Amino acid sequence: MLLQRFLIRLLTMLITLFGVAVVVFVVIRVAPGDPIAMMLPPGATDADIDRLRALYGLDKTIVQQFFIWLSGVVRGDFGTSISLRQDVLGLVFNRLPATLELAIVALIMAVALGGTTAVLGARERGTVVEAGIDVASGAALSIPDFLWGLVLILLFGVLVPIFDISGRVSPQLDLPFVTQFYFFESILRLRLDLTWDLLKHMLMPAIALALPLAAIISQLLKQSLKEVLDLDYVVLARVKGFSETQVILREALKNAALPTLTLVGVQFTFLIGGTVIVERLFSYEGLGNMAIDAVINRDLPLIQGIVLVFALLFVLINLAVDMMYALLNPRLRHG
Amino acid sequence: MDEARIARRRLSPRLWLAGGWLLLALLAAIFAPLVAPQDPLAQDLMLERLPPFWLDGAEPGYWLGTDSLGRDLLSRLIFGGRIAFIVAFAAAIAACLVGSTLGLVAGYFGGWADRIISRIVDVWMAFPPVLFAILLVAVLGTGLSSVILAIGIIDWTRFCRVIRAEAMGQSRMDYVENARIAGYGRIGIMLREVLPNVVPSIVALLSLEMGIAVIVEAILSFVNLSISTDDPTWGGIIAEGRLSIHQAWWVLVFPLITLILTVLSFSQFGEALKTRFDPVLR
Repeated sequence: MLLQRFLIRLLTMLITLFGVAVVVFVVIRVAPGDPIAMMLPPGATDADIDRLRALYGLDKTIVQQFFIWLSGVVRGDFGTSISLRQDVLGLVFNRLPATLELAIVALIMAVALGGTTAVLGARERGTVVEAGIDVASGAALSIPDFLWGLVLILLFGVLVPIFDISGRVSPQLDLPFVTQFYFFESILRLRLDLTWDLLKHMLMPAIALALPLAAIISQLLKQSLKEVLDLDYVVLARVKGFSETQVILREALKNAALPTLTLVGVQFTFLIGGTVIVERLFSYEGLGNMAIDAVINRDLPLIQGIVLVFALLFVLINLAVDMMYALLNPRLRHG
Repeated sequence: MDEARIARRRLSPRLWLAGGWLLLALLAAIFAPLVAPQDPLAQDLMLERLPPFWLDGAEPGYWLGTDSLGRDLLSRLIFGGRIAFIVAFAAAIAACLVGSTLGLVAGYFGGWADRIISRIVDVWMAFPPVLFAILLVAVLGTGLSSVILAIGIIDWTRFCRVIRAEAMGQSRMDYVENARIAGYGRIGIMLREVLPNVVPSIVALLSLEMGIAVIVEAILSFVNLSISTDDPTWGGIIAEGRLSIHQAWWVLVFPLITLILTVLSFSQFGEALKTRFDPVLR
């Protein structure tokens, strides 16, 4: 049952990825503007242009180009970046950890903030506290990450300058890292001085990304908690003498969390999508920031690679959430 | 029921504020040449980085101060509103037409139509939207129509997903079956019976989408990919403000407040419309 569900999801995932590859390939090839002409110095002859075009395979038909590219991708060869003249996969893997770290830190913050306010709101239901949480989460949800980022830059970059507003790490620091996961590695190596520096750069973009998601978690989880809190077994726990907070944390949360979990999965992909502009805003050296440069430079192989990696990330997250849901939901587990 | 009524009445002042702000901003944008105190493009290096009116060194006539080229901030915000509102309306309507049509077809007809449309939606959802928008504008070339087209191409899925689910629910209802027994054709039923019942959701989504379109336009002009660089846009002003943040904070603060108020107003409107039309709450 579970295996069958998994295989069907895997198949649709591959179809989706193929669709993404086709769309991005077609969109890019329709673009006016010649990437080859942009690479060469002025005064290059037509023969030079043709030679370079052949080198990047741009002299073939669009269908041929697509299948040449696709057969490379299947073998892990995403081509060579036109503007940076390096292997696309290497460039992407170099930048992806920075984006993943940012997204994961933002996700943890969103779950912590959303979860806390949901439990608080459910405990204080019907009071001013709940009303206050509702207003705050409404505002946090309506204002997108791009605007939160700007608000944070003004508050903590200019008004009270406690955080850094650009970059990933202070450039003068010596970095002993072997992976690109600077933040996580600094914690493992107990180089907390570096952790602090990285955190000072990461905190504002992470908060900007986390706030809308925290609001969604808060609203949905609070709603589910309030529904569960009237059920018999919860009332029983209350009669047994548990405090309201204990009742919520021990009894209600387990059963109320499932609908929120599914939603968090989809919303996490939106959060990752948001890193593109938030990284730009904070000059954070992640994948999204590189993607914007790739578009501006019309670096076709790099754009294709980045978009496909993002798409792969999105479908993998959805797959993981789907499987987690199936594992946790008793009705599906025994179905 | 009573609770819902109270909730709606409580929403009311917020709705008035939201409507008031949107009307004010829209009127200012329409009558920009009459309302704007200065020429939004006029540069004057003698007047660079003037602070807003309540600070020392402000000049009369430059209420919100000037940017690093001495251009009047208020006038630029008012003219920027023109592009913001044109994009908001046109892009939201474009996304709505495509998305609602496909959603209606997928939800009502089901079967292969639904399977194909749902797969396309899956593919679209696998793109990071901002990157997709930037890519499309880069491909289509900068300009007002490219921005509108790009937002329409990306955001139709928002309408499609909701309207598909609604149309699916509606098509299982008795009245649809009755119409079929009465001999109406499938397309006739879809347009005459199902469509009117999903219109409230469409209208609510439309309002939310306008807010989103304003943001996407701002993001595109922020990365310098929206309209020509001469025309003032909210995102373009923000990009300037981000650069001169330590010398002239007002160049970032005022467009930011403008954008936040506009987005909040659109989403308040959408939320209120949703509750108003929701049969359970009504």
